[in-house]
Amino acid sequence: MNSHSMANQAKNLEMSKKVRVETTINGEATEFLCEPRQSLLEVLRDVLELTGSKEGCLTGDCGACTVIVDGRAVCSCLMLGVEAQGKRITTVEGLANGTGLHPLQQKFLEDASLQCGICTPGFLMSAKALLDRNPNPSEAEVRYTLAGNLCRCTGYDKIVRAVLDAAKAMQSGG
Amino acid sequence: MAEAGTNGHFKVIGTRPIRHDGVDKVTGRAKYGADYSFPGMLYGKVLRSPHAHAIIKSINFDKALKLPGVKAVVTSADLPEAEDKAEQVGEAAMNPRYLSMNILARGKVLYDGHAVAAVAATSPHIAEEALKLIEVDYEVLPPVMRLEDAMKPGAEILLPNLRNKEEGDNPTNVAQHLQFKRGDVEAAFKAADFVVEREFRTETVHQGYIEPHNAVGIYNADGHATIYCSTQGAFDVRSMSAQVLGIPVGKIKVVPAEIGGGFGGKTTIYLEPLAVLLSKKTGRPVKLVMTRAEVLRATGPTSGSKIRVKMGATRDGRITAAQVWMAYEAGAFPGSPVAAGAMTILAPYAIENVLIDAYDVVVNRPKSAAYRAPGATNAAFASETVIDELAEKCGIDPLDMRIMNGAKEGTPQVAGPPYKRIGFIETCEAIKNSEHYRSPLTGKNRGRGVAAGFWFNAGMQSAATVNIHTDGTASVVTGSPDIGGSRASCAMIVAEVLGIPVEDVRPVVTDTDSIGHTDVTGGSRVTFATGMAVYQAAQDAARQLRERAAKVWEKTVDDVELRDGTLYSKGNGVAPMTIRELAKRLARTGGPITGRATVNARGVGPGFAATCIDVEVDPDTGKVQILRCTVAQDAGKAIHPAYVEGQMQGGTAQGIGWALNEEYVYDAQGHLRNTGLLDYRMPTCLDLPMIETIIVEVPNPGHPLGVRGVGEVSIVPPPAAIANAIYRAVGVRMRELPMSPPRLLKAILESGRAYSPSAQEHQAAAAD
Repeated sequence: MNSHSMANQAKNLEMSKKVRVETTINGEATEFLCEPRQSLLEVLRDVLELTGSKEGCLTGDCGACTVIVDGRAVCSCLMLGVEAQGKRITTVEGLANGTGLHPLQQKFLEDASLQCGICTPGFLMSAKALLDRNPNPSEAEVRYTLAGNLCRCTGYDKIVRAVLDAAKAMQSGG
Repeated sequence: MAEAGTNGHFKVIGTRPIRHDGVDKVTGRAKYGADYSFPGMLYGKVLRSPHAHAIIKSINFDKALKLPGVKAVVTSADLPEAEDKAEQVGEAAMNPRYLSMNILARGKVLYDGHAVAAVAATSPHIAEEALKLIEVDYEVLPPVMRLEDAMKPGAEILLPNLRNKEEGDNPTNVAQHLQFKRGDVEAAFKAADFVVEREFRTETVHQGYIEPHNAVGIYNADGHATIYCSTQGAFDVRSMSAQVLGIPVGKIKVVPAEIGGGFGGKTTIYLEPLAVLLSKKTGRPVKLVMTRAEVLRATGPTSGSKIRVKMGATRDGRITAAQVWMAYEAGAFPGSPVAAGAMTILAPYAIENVLIDAYDVVVNRPKSAAYRAPGATNAAFASETVIDELAEKCGIDPLDMRIMNGAKEGTPQVAGPPYKRIGFIETCEAIKNSEHYRSPLTGKNRGRGVAAGFWFNAGMQSAATVNIHTDGTASVVTGSPDIGGSRASCAMIVAEVLGIPVEDVRPVVTDTDSIGHTDVTGGSRVTFATGMAVYQAAQDAARQLRERAAKVWEKTVDDVELRDGTLYSKGNGVAPMTIRELAKRLARTGGPITGRATVNARGVGPGFAATCIDVEVDPDTGKVQILRCTVAQDAGKAIHPAYVEGQMQGGTAQGIGWALNEEYVYDAQGHLRNTGLLDYRMPTCLDLPMIETIIVEVPNPGHPLGVRGVGEVSIVPPPAAIANAIYRAVGVRMRELPMSPPRLLKAILESGRAYSPSAQEHQAAAAD
């Protein structure tokens, strides 16, 4: 970031004055500086270099930026970076356990549930939030919960199957 | 050659391995265009026209340049004036002048969202603020939003220099009139037992990829530029950007990032030249990423259209004549897919007498871009609905009607040679014999519809190299961006030829400096044409492996066989040697092995799809629910069946969205009113059932593995299939897309078929 004077833009100055935020991201205590106008998505991608969360619309319609905040699936484009203060955030980068994939990730691969893959991180996080609170969802429940995530490549068939397969695998300890 | 429906003698092809780029994509590690950043990078934003049609009288960006953090502003004055001529780039004809004018408006803005200027600043927020400080003085002109208005005598003219052959030196909005003719339609209509003539209208729709366009440009002091972007064709980005910027092709390198969907919409350029231009002005890397509103206002879409179809048939169901009048909205510059529409609309059928007139019309909407089987879906909506009506008049099952008139080997095409071996009949029969089609559909307001579709598929240029590593594994390098699993299919072809596990082949997609010219990932061509190059490159590597083994064994290459990853000597007494063993000895037998091949692929095999859809209509609201959907498609040979199914399901879902919800909504001044994904409503998983697939395999004789290509045709049938299903559900024929609740409700009310007690209230509401 350049440090040129922005003194003649009062509003600009207010909005660009950085705030220190302490939060937990993927299990690690994390501190960052962000402008009040920066979304959590922008902070994750541009400040923390966690580019796994994707920007598709910036209006909360596509779900590609979904992260889990204190157990709830949230569009990180609709939350400000400063609101991360004191929260526990999980992004797609925190889904795998070390080098072992989460069952959702594994089933997405086995079931060929991604084509271009841009929506995949968002679907994985929405699905994880679902399975965390409902380990055995019906197809209808999966479709209802994932309706906030858009995929243009797959027609959703193989995504829904992967979520159901992952639930099954997790139930049987797989 | 593979036999239909079996895996033939293949070991890897036809199986479903995990894609090689999969782990990166489920862990967030895969780098898409917007994920790239570089030290000192600036952020660019584009100022876009608030008017659909206006003269730019002046642009003043002094104030913007004074905003702290702003480093540069560019307008069309910074671009060389390009020539006004037709040029072929990849799949599409391109006029360099129009291409340049679409990147930055020159003299006139031609649609709401047309790029006028671009800014580079130290943050995206500052760049956005700077846009507000640019003063543009416009003289607003009347917008011409629909082809009906654009084609009227005395219509407001968009492009003063545009001419067509028929109108001589008169300015026009009709860029082209094409005609295809065979036989005598007039006489055939007179002799026909039944004649059906209908008019159809479809609205503009967008490809709807989830990843917005993006580009990072880095211009070096030595005059070389590098572009990182999400594109379907890095080589086309290079040639188009070179054209627009006036930089030689050899001084631009394009690095294709992972791409978040394209569907044809990422086969052209928008931001790429701006990123380079801003980098050249500032000496720093510049990144531009579009917002969703910019994507909808200024990229894609595909054409709205008006189509009249007249068909005649004998009492026993033989279609004897077809006449088509079709006009497509190209957007602000010529180049709608109307020619493809004209060549696909009757393509599945053998019809003796044909007359097709097709018009390419400019309107004040964004320049259309390719969208999955461009032009074919609009066309099939019309023809496949008329055929359904004819089938009903003849009292013939709609699939039998299609089968009895269906094109087969030897049938002449409307504009082209007779078909070679094709699988249209087999595809229709697959639906006819499906459990879905044979099972009864019961319940009120429910109906079943079928429709078919055709797409050419494409060949064009591809290059591939196959490298043998020192441990006997291999890499395969191509220039085809992987949108839907094509890395996996390339690796599978190599594994099949070499006889090694598919996990031992690493597929790589590389940049424009590192592989021979490769045309777009489009036209369903990657597994066909790049697959052909990969197949030949793998065979080249296999031949070299045999040569090396021959050298070790002091035999000739003809004495050595490669089977299942092991080299065998035909004579006795020589122990076989695996590729792994031989790979260790490459240095001592002549050095590394790289198999190479380049193709300008011939032997394209057209693809057909047939789709069966059950719907339930809510007669009180006009809402359509898809109950069940089955799609059959001829893949030729399915290399990776899971990703073939994925293409069939994804295309079908897009066809369903086009059929039921999606449309551009403009106000009277030509402002796009639905610039977000809440109002431009694409199907969610709640809107769709599971999409059942039947892969038909009628091998393409023009490909060594029988491949046809599978990326596009499944989008074609759904709108007509749904229209035909709606007819059987509630008795109304829908001839406008989308068949959204307001349109369908209006049609139901006008038909007098609404039985609901509250129908009169609805009628009153609809009249408001």
